[in-house]
Amino acid sequence: MATVELTFSALPAHVRTARLVATAIARRTGVSEALLDEVRLAVGEACSRAVEAHRVHCPGEPIVIELRDDSGRFEVTVTDVAPSDDLQQPVIPTDGTLVPEMPGLGIAVIAGLADDVEVSSGAKGMRIRMSWPASPNGVAAV
Amino acid sequence: MDLKLDHHSEDNLTIVDVEGEIDVYTAPRLRELLIDLVNKGNFHLLVNMEKVDFLDSTGLGVLVGGLKRVRAHDGSLELVCTQERILKIFRITGLTKVFGIYASVDEAKEAHGRDK
Repeated sequence: MATVELTFSALPAHVRTARLVATAIARRTGVSEALLDEVRLAVGEACSRAVEAHRVHCPGEPIVIELRDDSGRFEVTVTDVAPSDDLQQPVIPTDGTLVPEMPGLGIAVIAGLADDVEVSSGAKGMRIRMSWPASPNGVAAV
Repeated sequence: MDLKLDHHSEDNLTIVDVEGEIDVYTAPRLRELLIDLVNKGNFHLLVNMEKVDFLDSTGLGVLVGGLKRVRAHDGSLELVCTQERILKIFRITGLTKVFGIYASVDEAKEAHGRDK
């Protein structure tokens, strides 16, 4: 199993970087071209949700994304340490952070994109694990 | 790619041209533009998304927010989009039933003219 771990500050600008890294590794792992857009969008959704939650609750804490090539699957896990907004009343930020017009929509989008999704949330944060089929040898055919 | 925004008015319709990526980083700029247009009395908006490379739920939320604002003035917010990768996210979220989505600006203008 090969793993790439990326840790980034809770800044919206870094979400694009996370998307680009995830898409590059998915391609390298052998995820089909037809699924790369789904990987890019789902990873972006998970990271956006984490960034928004951190900016409200713990802006100094980093977000962790792990990307694994695991026995013919490309697996992504996004972990944050903010109390889940889905479990409590939303807090309106005062620093100009974008308040989602439709909170929870991101999770719905992820569920619609990845064929294998596991969301675990609690007072200590949320963990979103999702995976897609990849080539068995872990490297895309050229 | 960053986000490029432009807009112009034709008759009673304000066309907003969007190019690039609409995500958690760039969506606030689109939201500000939509709010500004509504505050200046533009209540019929057509958002041209033909040059949008990426759209996530933050962007969807901004579009829904814009729709709510124009509807408060009996206005409309419709979209031009033919890209399957963008249309897919509207279908997943059921928002194809909320937004009028057209294949071209001309098609949308024609429909808008019929509805006036």
